[in-house]
Amino acid sequence: MTGQITGLQHDAGIERISGAQSLVRALEHAGVDVIFGIPGGAILPAYDPLFDSSIRHVLVRHEQGAGHAAQGYAMATGRVGVCMATSGPGATNLVTAIADAYMDSVPIVAITGQVSSHLIGTDGFQEADIRGITMPITKHSYLVTDPAQIPRVVAEAFHIAGTGRPGPVLVDVAKDAMQAMTTFEWPNELALPGYRPTTRPHGKQVREAARLMVESKRPVLYVGGGCIKAEAHVELKELAETYGIPVVTTLMARGAFPDSHELHMGMPGMHGTVAAVAALQKSDLLVSLGARFDDRVTGNLDSFAPLARVIHADIDPAEISKNRTADVPIVGDAREVITDLLAALKALAEDGESGDYDAWRTQMLSIKSRFPVAYDTAADGLAPQTVIERISAIAGSEAIYVAGVGQHQMWASHFVEYERPRQWLNSGGAGTMGYAVPAAMGAQVGDPDRVVWAIDGDGCFQMTNQELATCALEGIPIKVAVINNSSLGMVRQWQTLFYEGRYSNTDLNTGPESIGARRIPDFVKLADAYGCVGLRCDNEADLDATIKEAMAITDRPVVIDFVVERDAMVWPMVAAGTSNDDIKIARDLAPEWEDDDL
Amino acid sequence: MTTQHTLSVLVENTPGVLARVSSLFMRRGFNIESLAVGPTEIPEISRMTIVVNVDELPLEQVTKQLNKLVNVLKIVELDSDSAVERELMLIKVKTDPATRGQVLETVQLFRAKVVDVAPDAVTIEATGDSGKLNAMLRVLEPFGIREIAQSGRVAIGRGARSITDRTLRTVPGSQAG
Repeated sequence: MTGQITGLQHDAGIERISGAQSLVRALEHAGVDVIFGIPGGAILPAYDPLFDSSIRHVLVRHEQGAGHAAQGYAMATGRVGVCMATSGPGATNLVTAIADAYMDSVPIVAITGQVSSHLIGTDGFQEADIRGITMPITKHSYLVTDPAQIPRVVAEAFHIAGTGRPGPVLVDVAKDAMQAMTTFEWPNELALPGYRPTTRPHGKQVREAARLMVESKRPVLYVGGGCIKAEAHVELKELAETYGIPVVTTLMARGAFPDSHELHMGMPGMHGTVAAVAALQKSDLLVSLGARFDDRVTGNLDSFAPLARVIHADIDPAEISKNRTADVPIVGDAREVITDLLAALKALAEDGESGDYDAWRTQMLSIKSRFPVAYDTAADGLAPQTVIERISAIAGSEAIYVAGVGQHQMWASHFVEYERPRQWLNSGGAGTMGYAVPAAMGAQVGDPDRVVWAIDGDGCFQMTNQELATCALEGIPIKVAVINNSSLGMVRQWQTLFYEGRYSNTDLNTGPESIGARRIPDFVKLADAYGCVGLRCDNEADLDATIKEAMAITDRPVVIDFVVERDAMVWPMVAAGTSNDDIKIARDLAPEWEDDDL
Repeated sequence: MTTQHTLSVLVENTPGVLARVSSLFMRRGFNIESLAVGPTEIPEISRMTIVVNVDELPLEQVTKQLNKLVNVLKIVELDSDSAVERELMLIKVKTDPATRGQVLETVQLFRAKVVDVAPDAVTIEATGDSGKLNAMLRVLEPFGIREIAQSGRVAIGRGARSITDRTLRTVPGSQAG
């Protein structure tokens, strides 16, 4: 690696290189193979050595795209994603993606150029205090003004981003630190006395948890995104199958447990399945594995899982008992926790102690079979759910699915069949519209052999579709299914349900003339303008053929304008702030599960 | 009902660490009653004494969230029974020839001292826990208090043990700066 960068070479490691060379060399040492970014004044010195580096740089069209691409890369591969931007507006454009990565615990490192140190604090041209701005939305952040610190800071940044509870780390480097000469020394060990994430669970806590599980009659494995991050799916399946425990997977955990599995009750929460919501509400023991009791899962906290005791395992101690008090807290990596739980349960079973969940399982399987996620097919036109179901059926579970935020996201969560971890990427915690296209781009770069589908809405798509240019030019053949209902659909749904159908500012006019819309922009023409293939489908008869046509195109991005009916709504639904017990499976229609009490 | 808690927080002496801590309190909606920062016997480590007014459960959240900050090394809650707590106050009191004697008597009573004298005012330096300082203020009030400057609380555990014991002493020097 060291010979790659030109400069005066001496034997004893006293080679002098610029701070910028040091930065690029440090990124190489950190194992970076791709950076998503866009240059500008303050970061310019770094782009010169990057030109000669083994690292691939993907030139995006907007820094937010770089940030989401780094997230998509990280979520698809499990490695730390990297984005790069210049100072001021370049850096602030990364903020949304950094906040998103913070909420969803995505390991990314954001490298930003900063104005020269003598200008810092003077309101210099393109100066913004990006470290200050991102302080509440980063796991950690650095401002580097001394070039000698660059290797240490980069090494620490990657370590912090990728270990423990993953998250975004910002490295802001002053321009003069990149221009100054320095020496390069990659640190052999890191001195981070204040950063020691606990990955090994405490044996006593695990044994206590196992005891509660044995005593329980109605346990549920409440699985969160931590199980994906920890690669805990194999152990999770063993735990569920060995003891026959129903499983729910949160929006961030879709794919951690196969959808096709009998014990899988689906996704809980505001738009969760009846079975998943019922499992939590009726349970006497939640075994929470890498989940954080988000308000979109719990609904009204006071009435959430009212009968349940709680085992809460998370790698972040601050998540435990944050929203719901845990009876047995376990701090640790989800995979290690489950491994130890399996051992503890086995030990108890050998002593003749094991839980009996047969009646509970039977009850849950009955609810699951009676209340599948369903929808009304459109009276005329195309149902959005059908589109997503057919994409899933044709592209299969080996593809990667990336959603934006809104109705299409919820439908993509329900109607794509998830069978493996890292099959599903979305913006869960932050709910960032515009996530899909750039994140799909990053996922495709990270995992080039897979088919990557962005399932996007017409609103979301218009927020970040400039990255189609990046995809077309860089040979990143993502497929974008725009579920086009000519509206900000989820907001419209709330207006239908809670604002007497007063559709204030939710009509986007991307639909056809037949519904009185103006088709601005025309997504097929837009795709064409960006060097992508544009297709349109507005009826079920052409649906499979259109999807297959898109599947056959592998040398360019494809955008399909799926013109769907606009009145489709996402069901089931627990209205915001209400109890999970008040779940509706359609407007004013509650599932009749009350007789099912054990 | 909230109660007052005194947290001793050892942090790496790096730029921005105060901003990180205060920004965390703001973002998580916790109120800081008082905050004092100063060096410790180890140059690379600073000590913050933070007084917060919260219930037990939010306090646990404060502590856990603080612990997540990479530059935070250790957090200890000092309870007033087993710790010495002090605040420093500078008080400028109006005086005239008739009242000066009474003011000086109050200073004596509270074992404070006069650090500046002007024809129509004296400035008093007092240290103590907040109970003592408040009592002294009540006595001085009738004379006319012109200005107060008060430090945050600092606190240290009683006995021979040190919170910087063990692993923290091995913090490498390269971390400073």
